Amino acid sequence: MAVLAVPALSRIDLPSLVKKAGFTAFITFLLALPMVGMQTTDQGAGSLTIHFRFGSVAIGVIVAFVGRLGFGYWRAARADRPVKSVPGVFTRLSAAATDHSRAIGIAGLAFAVTLPFLPYSSGYIVDIGTNVLIYVMLGWGLNVVVGLAGLLDLGYVAFYAVGAYSFGLFAQWFGLTFWEALPIAGVLSASFGIVLGFPVLRLRGDYLAIVTLGFGEIIRIVLTNWSDVTNGPNGINGIPRPSFFGLVFQDPALAPEGTHTFAGFFGLDFQPVHRIWFLYYVILILALITNFFTLRLRKLPVGRAWEALREDEIACRALGINPRNVKLSAFAIGAMLGGFAGSFFATRQGFISPESFTFIESAVILAIVVLGGMGSQLGVVLSATVLVMLPETGRWFTGIPVLENIGDYRMLIFGMAMIGIMIWRPRGLLSHREPSIRLHPKGGYVAAEDVAR
Amino acid sequence: MTASSAAPAPILEVEHLSMRFGGLIAVGDLSFVAEAGKITAIIGPNGAGKTTVFNCLTGFYKPSSGRLTLHHPSGNRYLLERMDGFRIARFAGVARTFQNIRLFAGMTALENLIVAQHNKLMQASAFSIAGLFNLPRYRNAEAAAVERARYWLDKVGLMKQADWEAGALPYGAQRRLEIARAMCIEPALLCLDEPAAGLNPRESGELNELLLAIRAEQKISVLLIEHDMSVVMGISDRIVVLDYGRKISDGTPTEVRNDPAVIRAYLGEEETDELPPEVAQDVGMNGAAARPGA
Repeated sequence: MAVLAVPALSRIDLPSLVKKAGFTAFITFLLALPMVGMQTTDQGAGSLTIHFRFGSVAIGVIVAFVGRLGFGYWRAARADRPVKSVPGVFTRLSAAATDHSRAIGIAGLAFAVTLPFLPYSSGYIVDIGTNVLIYVMLGWGLNVVVGLAGLLDLGYVAFYAVGAYSFGLFAQWFGLTFWEALPIAGVLSASFGIVLGFPVLRLRGDYLAIVTLGFGEIIRIVLTNWSDVTNGPNGINGIPRPSFFGLVFQDPALAPEGTHTFAGFFGLDFQPVHRIWFLYYVILILALITNFFTLRLRKLPVGRAWEALREDEIACRALGINPRNVKLSAFAIGAMLGGFAGSFFATRQGFISPESFTFIESAVILAIVVLGGMGSQLGVVLSATVLVMLPETGRWFTGIPVLENIGDYRMLIFGMAMIGIMIWRPRGLLSHREPSIRLHPKGGYVAAEDVAR
Repeated sequence: MTASSAAPAPILEVEHLSMRFGGLIAVGDLSFVAEAGKITAIIGPNGAGKTTVFNCLTGFYKPSSGRLTLHHPSGNRYLLERMDGFRIARFAGVARTFQNIRLFAGMTALENLIVAQHNKLMQASAFSIAGLFNLPRYRNAEAAAVERARYWLDKVGLMKQADWEAGALPYGAQRRLEIARAMCIEPALLCLDEPAAGLNPRESGELNELLLAIRAEQKISVLLIEHDMSVVMGISDRIVVLDYGRKISDGTPTEVRNDPAVIRAYLGEEETDELPPEVAQDVGMNGAAARPGA
């Protein structure tokens, strides 16, 4: 603070600043006392004692006081500067990203396609990439419901679970392979989407969110308790891995007689990483199909009706659009895409249990959509990458004091990012909406008009 | 019913329409006829039940009693009081605008007009299958929809703003766009709820021309709620006057203007004679605005 030019002291209302800083310190004290000041220690034999840490509380309070004072002083010192309105960094970045979304998309796609072959790449990195892509696909699927149709869905994980379990069960009972079960899983999830859609047709906003949240929990609890069918909390084991047009990813030496292996067919040395690569490309292709599918739908009457429904349901009715069909189609399409992702999840893990489909999954998927910018395909990729990689980053910084544990602070960073986004970019990181159809070329309607006349 | 002796083909017959909200009678035993190809205005002080009539007509309310018959130019007859809102717009061809504009604010002007052609496009896209693969059948339908949108954008003078977000348009332009959007569903009857509200005199003059053009070129019947007497008196073929949910007068603009019951409703009991019509209009508007319990 000393670096700043000292303004005339008369203009700075010191008592009021101290008062504000004192108030901040007080709030910090109230919060820090239970949260930082008391630590429970395990005494063994199940008994806990409270261990007080008043020193840490004091440090926190002092930091808050000094920080608030310094911030107030800094603001007051700048108070009489002329106002200069400059678009924020994020606004400019967002505008640039939407202007060049095509180029960024192609670059991102090129990166994704070549990821397994890039230097420093490894099975581990490709595996993380697979994870990111699952969430990207889920985000794009939920984007149809939340971003386009404006229906706040807190139970999206239900459809993910339906997709995963329908593949798991069909594989277990009828011996279906991944590729055979995939369409069935999609249809089943879409049906569940419609089943959920019917009772909530009249609900909007918060009410809809609560009911969908309940639906997500119902599915999970049914999966946990219907042991005869779902094997309850123990989950389903030994879900078959996908094959490459019938070629399995196994060591030719160990594979059962009569099976064709990928390595054997192509005359390669067997490496376990082949399967990781293959899974990665499968989800990449599924995600790309999702992307093109939803982008195309957006430019079709259904997509426009979804957006119109988000903008004004009453006006939709006045134009002869049946809101029921529009809502149900959004739920069904979103659920179907979630179901595809769920099937892939099942085949990738080889094991599924209700544990994987808790509410927090729904929250993460919704956060991906909201943080990225509702309706923005690129934004979903961005926020999915950040949110999925965050817990992993700790491993990269092993040995560096604070960064090493960054994964532990995932939820904290998550929360702070949410608050930051709500303050600075309430419509998400990339919130620019590109019209689904244009009459005049972008940015040049006047010129076009003049030429025409 | 109330159809006058020389009535040509009616487009809409309202018979004994009543709408009660609890103990409040918003519309009581209202009967009138709107003639095909004509502009019929519904006027009345604030709270007279005009918008309620519209909401009954367009299916947003289910009337407590009464019958609403629409004689579609195709020859079909629709009983509006027993149809869902979206079916009234889709099949009976009753389009409406709203008192407080209801555009799809986040979508562009062009998109607003294309959404209005949803049902036709949806059919052409074969539930999105033909659309997904961009088959000629859908491509042609979309081109036709854009052409229709272009026609109406030109008509309401918003060609240059076609790619603007509807919410970013000036107020008057939003009003015109909403009318264009209603016209894009190719209605038989266009219901306009205070289209001139908030417009300046020049803009409401333009609105008059637009409505007259719609009636002349499109052979569309218009039902109009309006406070702006220059619009009502300037373009209406017939005026229905409501007060406290009941019809107090019905006739040509000249008849209505000189009807003592109307003057009484707008001005109160005293000094109802001898007022020049222009003064009656001006005072009438103020009186209506200041009326309590609206």
